[in-house]
This record gives sequence, C-alpha cells and structure tokens, in this order.
Amino acid sequence: MQNSISDKYKIINDKSILWSLLALSILFVIAKIIGVLPEFLNRMPEEAIPRYAETLDKGFNNNRDWMTSITRFFSERLEFQLKVMAHLFYGARVHFFNPIDWVSLTFPATAFVYFIDGRKIALVTASVISLTAVLFTFFIGEETQLTFMWVFLGLSAVGAIYLIIKHEVMSPIIVLGIVSIYAVILNGYKLGPLPWSSIAATAAVLGYYLGGWRLALLGGGTFIWTALIGQWKLAMETLSVLVVAAPVSFVIGLMLGIAAWKFTKFDKFLRPLLSVLQTLPFFTYLLPAVIFFKVGPTAGAMATIIYAIPPMILMTTLGLKKVSPEIVEAGKMAGCSRFQMLSKVYIPAARTELLVGLNQVIMLCLAMVVLTAFIGMPGLGAKLLAMMNSFKLGRSFEIGVTIVLVAVMLDRLSKAWVVKQPVHFERGAPWWERHFFLLAAIVAFFGFMLFSMEVQFADQIGRKQHFSKGKEIDGLIKGFLDIDAVQAVTGWLRWFLITKVLIPFRDLLLWVPTSSFILFITVFSLWLGGKKPAIYAFLFFSFVASTGWWDRSVITLYTVISAVALAMIIGLPMAISAARSEKWSKRILLFCDTAQTFPSFIYLLPAIMLFGINDVAVIFSILIFTLVPLIRYTVEGLRGVPPEMTEAADMAGASRFQKLINVQLPLALPTMAVGFNQAIMFAFFMVIIAAFIGTQDLGQELQRTLAGTDLGKNFVLGLCVSLMALTFDQTIMSWTEKRKKALGLK
Amino acid sequence: MTNSNPVISCKNVWKLFGFAPEKYLKNLPENKSYEEIQADGYIAGVKDVSVDVFKGEMLVIMGLSGSGKSTLLRCMSRLHDITGGTIAIDDQDIMSLEEKELIELRRNKMGMVFQSFGLLPHRSVLENVAFPLEMRGQNKHDRRDRALEVIKLVGLEGREDYFPRELSGGQQQRVGIARSLAIEPDIWFLDEPFSALDPLIRREMQDEFLRLQDMLGKTIIFVTHDFDEALRLADRIAIMKDGAIEQCDTPDKIVLNPATEYVAKFTQEIDTARVVRAKTLMKPGNKKSISGPALSENATIQELARTLINDTRKEFPIQNESGKITGTMNRQEALEVLLGDE
Ligand SMILES: Nc1ncnc2c1ncn2[C@@H]1O[C@H](COP(=O)(O)OP(=O)(O)OP(=O)(O)O)[C@@H](O)[C@H]1O
Ligand SMILES: [Mg+2]
Repeated sequence: MQNSISDKYKIINDKSILWSLLALSILFVIAKIIGVLPEFLNRMPEEAIPRYAETLDKGFNNNRDWMTSITRFFSERLEFQLKVMAHLFYGARVHFFNPIDWVSLTFPATAFVYFIDGRKIALVTASVISLTAVLFTFFIGEETQLTFMWVFLGLSAVGAIYLIIKHEVMSPIIVLGIVSIYAVILNGYKLGPLPWSSIAATAAVLGYYLGGWRLALLGGGTFIWTALIGQWKLAMETLSVLVVAAPVSFVIGLMLGIAAWKFTKFDKFLRPLLSVLQTLPFFTYLLPAVIFFKVGPTAGAMATIIYAIPPMILMTTLGLKKVSPEIVEAGKMAGCSRFQMLSKVYIPAARTELLVGLNQVIMLCLAMVVLTAFIGMPGLGAKLLAMMNSFKLGRSFEIGVTIVLVAVMLDRLSKAWVVKQPVHFERGAPWWERHFFLLAAIVAFFGFMLFSMEVQFADQIGRKQHFSKGKEIDGLIKGFLDIDAVQAVTGWLRWFLITKVLIPFRDLLLWVPTSSFILFITVFSLWLGGKKPAIYAFLFFSFVASTGWWDRSVITLYTVISAVALAMIIGLPMAISAARSEKWSKRILLFCDTAQTFPSFIYLLPAIMLFGINDVAVIFSILIFTLVPLIRYTVEGLRGVPPEMTEAADMAGASRFQKLINVQLPLALPTMAVGFNQAIMFAFFMVIIAAFIGTQDLGQELQRTLAGTDLGKNFVLGLCVSLMALTFDQTIMSWTEKRKKALGLK
Repeated sequence: MTNSNPVISCKNVWKLFGFAPEKYLKNLPENKSYEEIQADGYIAGVKDVSVDVFKGEMLVIMGLSGSGKSTLLRCMSRLHDITGGTIAIDDQDIMSLEEKELIELRRNKMGMVFQSFGLLPHRSVLENVAFPLEMRGQNKHDRRDRALEVIKLVGLEGREDYFPRELSGGQQQRVGIARSLAIEPDIWFLDEPFSALDPLIRREMQDEFLRLQDMLGKTIIFVTHDFDEALRLADRIAIMKDGAIEQCDTPDKIVLNPATEYVAKFTQEIDTARVVRAKTLMKPGNKKSISGPALSENATIQELARTLINDTRKEFPIQNESGKITGTMNRQEALEVLLGDE
C-alpha cells in the first residue's frame, strides 16, 4: 500500500519534471523568435569553450616519445607477420629475419595450439620448434639457414606423420599443421606467392568440411571469381592483413574477457569504456594508428585489431558466465586447479560463444580493413575508393561484388564452425578416415601447387588473362542511368528531398538554440527511457555543445535522423507485409542476414550510382544500411508474437488492421526497438563514412584530421559522435528493458 | 555401526542464500522458521543440520523437492561455502582448508555423481570418464584402461567415443556414474544417481554400490526420492524438510517411531512389514523354554510372513548372524506389524 502511494508520488514528480523541462525548452525557442534570448543560451560563446583538443595534444606531445617507442616495438613485430603473410598471399618482398620476430610469430601459435589441444606435448613440441628456429637464426647465416631449416622441417614432418599413424593422437597433427605453415612460409621466401588454385581448392575442402556442398561452392567459388575477375592481388592484400589482425584481436579479446570475468572491478571499469569504443567513429581508430604505427598495412592492421576487440571481450564474458554450474562443479570435484578449470572446463564449455565472438571479430576486421583505405592501405577498399572517386562504376561494381563475396564467405564459414559439433567415429576407423578432411585439404593444397608449377594459368592470372568486364558494365550502368525515366525519377527525388525536406529540416535544427536543443533531448530521454538515460543525455549533449563543434554535430544528427526516419517509412510497411507469410519472412530474414555481413563501405556504391555525389546519396546510403536491422527486427518481432495472442484477437473478431495495431505491434515493439536502436547506431557509423561523398558534418572534419597530426581534435570529434550515439542507445535500450518487463517477456 | 570417529561430521551447519548471509545469520534469533527467514529475503538451503556419517556407512537423504538435499551434499563437498557451523572430514575442518589442500582432498578422497550429470560437453564418454584421472596426473594408458573398465561396468561398452549430446538421458547418467566409479573415492556423494535409469540397470547399479561399500568400506551419502531404493541401500535415512533434518535414523525406527508428524506423513505409505526386522521387535534375553527353529534377526517381518502365520508358537527365538540366540519375538506383535494396526 505504502509502496504504491510513494510510487504515485514519484510518477507525479517525474511527470512534473518532464513538463517543466519541456516548457523551459519551448520558452527558449519562443524567446529566440521574439528576439529576447540571451546569446549564451543560443550558442555557446567562443571564449567560453574549453580547449579540450589543445590540452589533449599537449599531454600527448609531452609523452609522445616513450609512447611511440613502445608502439614502435609492437608495430615492428606486427610488420614482420604482415610481411610474411603479404609475401605468401601476393608475393611482396620480405627481407629481414630477426629472432624476436620468430618468437612473435611462434609464441601466439604455440599458445593457440596449447589452448586448443591442452596437452603438454603440444606445448613442448611447438616450443621446441620455435626455439630451434630462433637458434638457427642466431647462429647460421641467411643462406645456409634455409638449407638447415628444410632438413629440420622434413624431419619434424616425418616424425609427426609417424606419430599420427602410430598413436592416433591429435596434437602431432596440429604440430604438423604448424610445421607445414612454417614450411610454406619458408617456401614463400623462395617461391613467392601461393597459387590461387591452391587457395581456392583448400577453401572448397574447408567449406565442405564445415557445411557441405553449398559452402564448398561458396568457399571455392569466391576465390575463383576473385582470380578470374583479375582482383587476386587486391583481395590478397586485404586478406593478408585480415589473417594477422583477426587472430590477434581474438586472443587479446579473449584474454581481456577472461580478466573481466574473473575480476568484477575490472569488468565495471571496462564496460563504459567498451560502450564508448563501440560507438567511436572509425576515423578515431585510424588517426592514432597512423601516428603510433606508421602508415600503410601496419597502421591499418593495428586500427583493425583494436576495433574488433570489444565484441570479443563481451562474448567471452558472456560465454564464461553461461557455463552451467554443474559442469563447473564436476570440474571442481575432479580436483581441477584454477588453470585447469579455465583451460579444460570453462573455455571448452563456452565454445559456442567464443566462436560467435570469433565470427564477429572476423566480420568487424573485414569491415575495418576495407575502411583503412582512408589511411592509404592498399587492397580492395583502396581500389574501390579510387574507382568511385573517378566514377568508374563498372569496376567499382566488380570490386563491390568481390568484397561482398569475401564477406559472405567468411561469415558463413565461421558460422558453420560455430554450429559444428564433434561427432564420433566408429571404432576401428582407420586414421585416414578420422582425418579425412585434413588430408584432403593437404592433398588439394599441395596438389594444386604442383599443378600450377606446370600450368601458369593456375598459378597467377596475368594482366591480359582476366575476365573483367569493367568497361562494359560501366557502359551499361551509365546507359541505364541516362535513360530519361530513370533520370527523371532520381532527379525529381533529389530535388524534392533536398529542397523540400532535408534542407528545411536541417535549417530548422540549426536554428534551434543549443540550450533548448539539449533540454529537448533530455525531455525525450526522460519520457522514453527514464531518469538515468535523461541524466546521461543532458551530460553528453552538454559536453558536445561545450566542444565548440555544435553546428557540425547537429548536421550529423540531422543526417542520422532523416535517414532513419526515411528508412522507417520505407522499411516498416515492407517488414509488416513480409511478416504475414512464413515464406517471405524467411526469405527476407535470410536476405537481411546476408546484407548485414557486407562491409559498410559497400553501401556507398549504389547510392553514388543512383544519385551521384551529393546530400541525397549520403542519406540514401545510410538509409539502405539502416533498413537492414529495421526490417530484420520488425519481422522477427512480429513473427515472435505468440500465436495464442493473435488467435485470441481473431476470436474477438478483430480485423486484420485492428489485430496489427492492438495485438501484434505492441508485443513486437520491444524487439523492434532493438532493431531501431541498431539502425541508429549503424546510421552514426555510416554518416561518418559518407564523409567520403562530401558532407559538412563531424565526419568531414574527422576525415580532415587524417591529413595531419591533430590527435586531440580527432579524439574530441570522435567522442562527440560516440556520446550522441550513446544517448540514443541508453534511452532506447532502457525503454526496451522496461517494456519487456512490463509485458513479462523476460 | 562402528564407534570410531565419524568420517563426516556436520555440526549446526547453515547455508543461507541471499545478500551478506553471514551477517544475517549472526543476528538471527533462535527458532526463526523457514518462512520467516524467507520473508527476510533469504533462503535457508541448509538449516542448522548436525549429522555424523561413519566409515562404511550408507546414509540416504530423502525429502521433497527443494528441501535442501543437494545443497547439503554440496556443503559437505565444499562446493558451497557454508554460512555457519562446521563440517569436518576425517577430523579436518574443511572450511579451513587451503585451495591446494582442498584440491588434494577432492582428487584423493571424494567423488560425486550429479543430479543433472554435469558432463563436459566437449569430451567424449571416454574422456569424460577419464577426466578425474587426468586431473590426478595418471598416465594416459592407465587412465584409458581404467576408464574402459568402468564404462564396461555401467554397460556403455561400444559408446566410448560418443559425445554426451549423442546419448540418452539414462546413458548420460551412467557416464556420470562411471566417472565417479573410475577413481573409487573413499567418500561418495550421489545426488539422485539412478533417477534416469530403467529398473533393470538401476538394480544392477544398486548392487554394484552395495558391493563396493561392503568390500571396500566406502562411505556413501545418497540422495533419492525413491523409498524402495532407500530401504534397499540405507544404513540410516535422513529426512529433510525446509533445509533441516527432521529425523535421522535406521529405516525401521523411522517407520515405527517417526519423530515428527511430517516424518509420519512422509512414511505413511510405506508397508511397515517390509522395513521392520525381527531384531527391532526382539526382546533380549535367552529363554531356553521356547523350542523349535529360530528366526534370523535381520529378516524383515514381510520375509517372515509365512512362518508367522503357519507357526503358532507364542514366542519365537531370534538368532544373530553367528547362530547365537539373542532374544525372543512376540508373535502377536509381529502379526500386528504384518497386518497393520487398524
Ligand atoms: N545457488 C543457489 N542460490 C540460491 N538459492 C539456491 C541455490 N541453490 C539452491 N537454492 C535453493 O535452496 C533450496 C534447496 O535446493 P536443493 O537443490 O538443495 O533442493 P533438493 O532437495 O536437492 O531438490 P530436488 O529434489 O529438486 O533436487 C531451494 O529452495 C533452492 O531454490
Ligand atoms: Mg537436488
């Protein structure tokens, strides 16, 4: 009784706060209209703006030396690995051979082997190999070294094969794997890049192992397409970075995740940091990478690694927390030590989440590697950027297809790995049957390697040999765009959107006084999410105002809001009508699933094709990017409404429309809100990428910082974007939680 | 039972679930009921339990769902840190053990079968069974041999390479049993170990455990919902309610002299004649006057039914295992137990 009374008071209280804030906000607007608003409430006065950027820069400059000396060390190690991979994949030159580099290569490999296999023999063997490698590099000159290495490798390979056949243990297989990787690397020193046919064949075997014919086709097909279309080198430039960045990200994320799970304090400290990191625009990752890690692949790899870590941390903690208590107790009763608990019970039992994390790491890495084109990293992204710059739509289109194929392939393969569970073999199955796929992969790999020594076409596809139809497609697309009807439609849309909708809306937002803008956002958060998000909203937007980048922030916000609003106008009806039928829901979900794996950069392509380089293209690219989560979660939400509910509505004689409005939508709304939230987050990400097209918002300013060393400014701008995004995130997610609780959905 | 020191000795053990339970327990007035504690936001998983378990004894814990049986077991194995009281194993207070010592204790002395099996999903049957051996640092071949042996014992031969998710519930449970059998611990915690087994295998397993207990003198704490099983196995039965032990005694005493109404209700469905043994009804003293064949003191009244009805002697001589007459049993009393007192 008492409780409910105080609750009532609280509600009245909340409501009155809400109304008075709203009134205040409107008051400021009216004041501005009649011209009595003091200037400091309209815009933050120049002289009052704190010099965040300068302070940061000063702090940074004072500490620059020792910081760079540390990062230099890491970047050199990373560089070696990148170069080895680059050499393997597309034949770049590697000329140095440093013992520490060997350790940096073998240590993670050793740790990884031990992590998977868990047996000491794996650890011992891998360490012996790496130690020997190091010793060799110390005591033997470069030339002889190779010969010795070959002898050594041959011996280990023979030993490993003997062990498999004799004892049928797994760890020598892994060791053999390492040995062959080394062999291939060393081979690379002499032979140059791997033949494309080898890689394609191995990918096909891997695909078959993970998911049958379809994935075999996808795996092999992607590489075949890439080779035949003449983009092999570009794709390999991109993949060689991915191959280094994704494992490093995975391991770091895993370790931090374990730490966060073990130590609650660390977790508490990490969480807000991770939210910020996840919403920070990618430019803010790029500039520090450039400053600390040189230009080119190393910086790109570094930015990529850091960018992909946060979700891995989250998935690791989630997975470890979810391990069922009885399994943990079984481990304890067996007398596991702490380390054994972790390595033999927790981590294997959390396999699914960890692999989901790996999938996310791979996809984020790919997205970021493509984006590192902005700091001059060669590869698919850079080529796409260049082609779009010179408006070569045909070639852009082909590169786009390659990127999409690579993304879908990586996604599907890693997801197939998530669901692949170990299956037993019948007793007495011979060793080659047990390790059939491994052998098949080895045979395919080396078979095609030998084959391509004879047949040049299977090795490298030369300049004149590829099947690119760039020019023809270019002509086709341009021809299509030149059709009067198409011109008329896009032209009209452009005109209508720009002059009737976008510009007026933007001007309106820019006109609103800062103070009432902040108040209004706060009121919105209070109304939707409650007190806590409202406080955050107020603080975050006040910070944005205090940075002096208010107008640009507002333009960013305006772009996001208009794009998401348009996406809703288009997407919601589509999703609602698709959700009516089982078949269409499935199709559209599959489509969204696939589209969500595309690196964000790709979405610029259709926008530029249709609308050229202007505001509408920006909005359009964000729009299609955000449509994906909107549609997806709406369909999922509507399909997830329990059938009893809709049946009850049917029995009550509701019409289809009534049923939708009164039953389905309210129940689906929490799920839809998640999609809406994701759409906004995506939009904030995309709007920054769209700086490439030419915008006047924070993104543009951020892109400009890349040219110099304005680390402080870059960081402040990035924080503005992040805080605005977080405001929405907090508000919407808090509403969703409340709503779910109220509906008893949790 | 032997009179030596108990293997496990619980004294006023409490396990409360909730926020800062130690502090709450300290200020807890005596005689606060389970419901009152619950109203304060705490759940008394184990409530002031004192019980001793002796070497070679099989103690069966019974009680309704949620009465705290599993929790008590977890306290004894220190999977839960208890909130109050002491638990000593071989006179060593387990709450004072260092992590290392605890690990040693578990590796060398304890085994547990879990109610929902607790199998490691990524390991095959063989690897699951060999897991505790692996932790003990046994070498690969020995562990494989031993694991295969117990897998055969529980009837899972031929499924060594299967993964838990490829097995039925009963098979999974047998893997759990095999895992604990593999190390032959001195102290065995069995949490409803046979609940998912079919009657045939269940009987075989019961026999196996009885055999081990008999031969090797293992101490077993056994949780079950099945009274038949309890009667077959138990040296003593403890009946739990709301975290507390209502009564802990031999089966026949529990049935004949229930300490509380709850225990009486709990046992009312049981056929008394199946529980009560001649020994219980026997009056000591060797009356030479009664002639005729003597009855074994360990026979249940039900087993003696035929004799009781056909043999019209007023009193029966009772003999112990070595054939010595130790007392007499009144026929009328025995018949009353057999037919039930109306
Ligand atoms: N980790 C825990 N946290 C909070 N409460 C718990 C926890 N473990 C058990 N409990 C509570 O303690 C009480 C006793 O649970 P316990 O599992 O011991 O019951 P049980 O007698 O084994 O029941 P069953 O026959 O169903 O296995 C229950 O009310 C349960 O909700
Ligand atoms: Mg239980």
